[in-house]
Amino acid sequence: MATASSTTGITRTLRALLIPSLALLAALLAGAVVMILSGDDPMAAYSGLFKGAFGDGKGWARTVRKTIPFVLTGLSVALAFKVSLFNIGASGQFVMGSVFAVAVGINFEGLPVYIHLPLALLAGIAGGMLWGAIPGILKVYTGAHEVIVTIMLNYVASLFGGWTVYAGGTQGQTPGPLWDRTAGAISETPDVLHSAQIPWLFGPPYRVHYGVFLALAAAILVWWLIFKTPLGFEMRTVGHNMRAARYAGIRVNFTIILTMALAGGLAGLAGAIETLGLNHKFAPEFGGAVGFDGITVALLGQTHPIGVLLAAFMFGALDGGAATMQFESGVPADIIQIIQALVLAFVAAPLIIRMIFRLRQQTDQDAGSAVNTSWGGA
Amino acid sequence: MTAAQPAQAQKPGAGPPKLEVLGITKLFPGVVANKDIDLALHEGEILALLGENGAGKSTLMNIIYGLYQPTEGQIRVDGSPVEMHSPRDAIDLGIGMVHQHFQLVPVMSVVDNIMLGSESVDRGLLDRQSVSAQIQELSERYNMAVDPNSIIEDLPVGVQQRVEILKALYRNAEILILDEPTSVLTPQEIEGLFEVMELLRSQGKSIIFITHKLKEVLRVADRIAVLRRGEMVGEADPATTSQENLAALMVGRRVTLEMEKEPASAGDVLLQLRDVEAHTDLGEPALRGVSLDVRAGEIVGVAGVQGNGQTELVEVVTGLRPATGGSVLINGVDMTNASPRRITEEGAICHVPEDRHMYGMVDAYSVADNLVLSAYYKKPFSSGLTMNEQAIAQHAEELVARFDVRTPSVRTSGASLSGGNQQKMVVAREFGRPIRLLVAAQPTRGIDVGSIEFIHSQIVAKRDEGIAVLLVSYELDEIMALSDRIAVMFHGRISAVLPRSQATREKIGLLMAGVSVEDEANS
Repeated sequence: MATASSTTGITRTLRALLIPSLALLAALLAGAVVMILSGDDPMAAYSGLFKGAFGDGKGWARTVRKTIPFVLTGLSVALAFKVSLFNIGASGQFVMGSVFAVAVGINFEGLPVYIHLPLALLAGIAGGMLWGAIPGILKVYTGAHEVIVTIMLNYVASLFGGWTVYAGGTQGQTPGPLWDRTAGAISETPDVLHSAQIPWLFGPPYRVHYGVFLALAAAILVWWLIFKTPLGFEMRTVGHNMRAARYAGIRVNFTIILTMALAGGLAGLAGAIETLGLNHKFAPEFGGAVGFDGITVALLGQTHPIGVLLAAFMFGALDGGAATMQFESGVPADIIQIIQALVLAFVAAPLIIRMIFRLRQQTDQDAGSAVNTSWGGA
Repeated sequence: MTAAQPAQAQKPGAGPPKLEVLGITKLFPGVVANKDIDLALHEGEILALLGENGAGKSTLMNIIYGLYQPTEGQIRVDGSPVEMHSPRDAIDLGIGMVHQHFQLVPVMSVVDNIMLGSESVDRGLLDRQSVSAQIQELSERYNMAVDPNSIIEDLPVGVQQRVEILKALYRNAEILILDEPTSVLTPQEIEGLFEVMELLRSQGKSIIFITHKLKEVLRVADRIAVLRRGEMVGEADPATTSQENLAALMVGRRVTLEMEKEPASAGDVLLQLRDVEAHTDLGEPALRGVSLDVRAGEIVGVAGVQGNGQTELVEVVTGLRPATGGSVLINGVDMTNASPRRITEEGAICHVPEDRHMYGMVDAYSVADNLVLSAYYKKPFSSGLTMNEQAIAQHAEELVARFDVRTPSVRTSGASLSGGNQQKMVVAREFGRPIRLLVAAQPTRGIDVGSIEFIHSQIVAKRDEGIAVLLVSYELDEIMALSDRIAVMFHGRISAVLPRSQATREKIGLLMAGVSVEDEANS
């Protein structure tokens, strides 16, 4: 019995990995076709890409550094998916997390690092949670769809972030509250105080900070929350079958708001970590593009925390190797974005992957449900 | 088994077979849905196809109607082999099907629905006039009154069904497949449908009548074919067979059809509904002042045609739907609009929901997780921060054994169980904890006879323990078999409450149709 179930566990894991792996492969092949069409050499490009991502210590460092925010925004989207909520707002939540974290990070001089840094991180989480909770609340009480609301809040967050560092002072207008007065016409905050910076795990030139452990811990925590706690049971039940959740006495509305807040908190943490660990300041260009990539990462990772880790690493490697690829082969780094977009397309359309690779429909479950529907009417 | 005849038996006087099914086998991955089935339908014959859920009736009919391709075997119409790739081919061959769930567009008129897909066009415009005339003619010939210009959603279910039949006849169907046509009708409407079927037969149409109701088969069929687990297990002649024989053929063993139970010894009122009002999801009135008492140790059955407020009634009692008026008292405590969890805990209610896939279970969850769906947060299943998987699995093993849920393991997903075992799983969860009030809605919907027998005996056992039972069912037989008192619901009201001894099928049938029987009912 035990062996039987562990085998099915392994096959299930392998099956879960199959489609995403093939989607990535298909995207790389499609990227190669694009390169050939534009007269480039895909072999040179991909070897440059690999070298850039894993070729030496600096390559590995780049990959890891880029992976961290993907993990957290990916977890944010994945967590919401578990409750059948589509969080397109990781981008805005990321910005809010950055702004809140930096607001704490540039103030409170004299606090010891063990208080200042956690405080700044928590502020970032709070900012993201706030930005996540709003669409949750609106969904529950007004029926506004979270997709629309989160997209709109992305714009609000982006503009809000821009306003906080507005360099209006030069024209005599009121500057943003977080604007660095010494920066002249540049719209950015002052540097985060040392006591609020995430220390380096490997200092320059590697520039990998301890945030990598925070990201890992977040993945484990989300896994534990979803699969091991009563709250996670409630969240999954709401996600699978909202009616059954109400039947079971679960507070569906509360669960939806809480999930959106937690999802926002994860994206907010991503923003805080990038700000406190890497950029050490906030400027509008440190926006939340990584929030949108979180959607792809979550889908590529099959909305499972461990899958998200792997998918984020994959995306980190693609981003980490892009510059070297361009340098070595002359293929523009933008091709990486095309590949990432293709990954999303292929993951979102598993039927295409099944067609390309001539995979049979997943056996027992799909067939079972087909039979059930046909028999259901009998 | 004496009634079973060789498969090739022909009715005297019936000509060559209109439709022949020869050695049909249909495989789905991992499942044999149909195995080497032979079947012949003659001109002017009503053939009943009897079988439990999952016996393969619908698969077979979908093959005959061109929706599925058989893995092996052949279909012949009028003696010549045919190949069908879509329902369009079947229609061209004169095969018509009335699905259990009607395939009508609710906002369109009868004419439009009937011509949909085979529109009659005159100089580029829809020719409603001539179609309307043809419908009139058909409805007169087959005694199915219907106004071609009325809108489908305004019509009662029985009339919508007529439209479906007319649609098939309009497309020149010679062979009609009726899939569970009686499940949505009152006893009187069922009788009306049978008369139409007999009229169709007398005019040379051939009918396959799919059902799991034994009485109806005996009433209307010329010949009965029984499917069990994808195989044709025998044919029977309605003149010589009996319900017991048919049930045994269907299930593969003897079954008791009548529930034997002692008279109820009713105690205190446990559930008290006073002038309860509620709306449908669309905001229309669903309950228009329902008052009803259920006492400890009795089963009160709520009879009625689907859609007369029964669903909403159950949802209000269990806290899933807000009451807009009136009050719900459970064990003397006002529980009007209390949360589902409070009602479950304080009211000690258990609820077997009408639609197990909608409310009763999470398809993707394992059997073990489904079995703690209403108690997952309690000890020992959850200790503060974490769930105790071992306790959950152990609990599941116990219930699975006690309620005979057939599953490879408690880790198997709920979705992969058969309908009967899914229902037993829901019943196990709800019956397996201490309760005072049992609310069971359609507790045996779409499940096999063996499971029905088991669940019925469990319900009676609960009653005998002194538990109050509110039973809602659209199957009058189920209400009649289990109830100590019968409340009939019509149009959001309880139109009468009759003691079982005074409740005849006819009386209930009239009440279900909204006919007032105050003069006759003396209670």
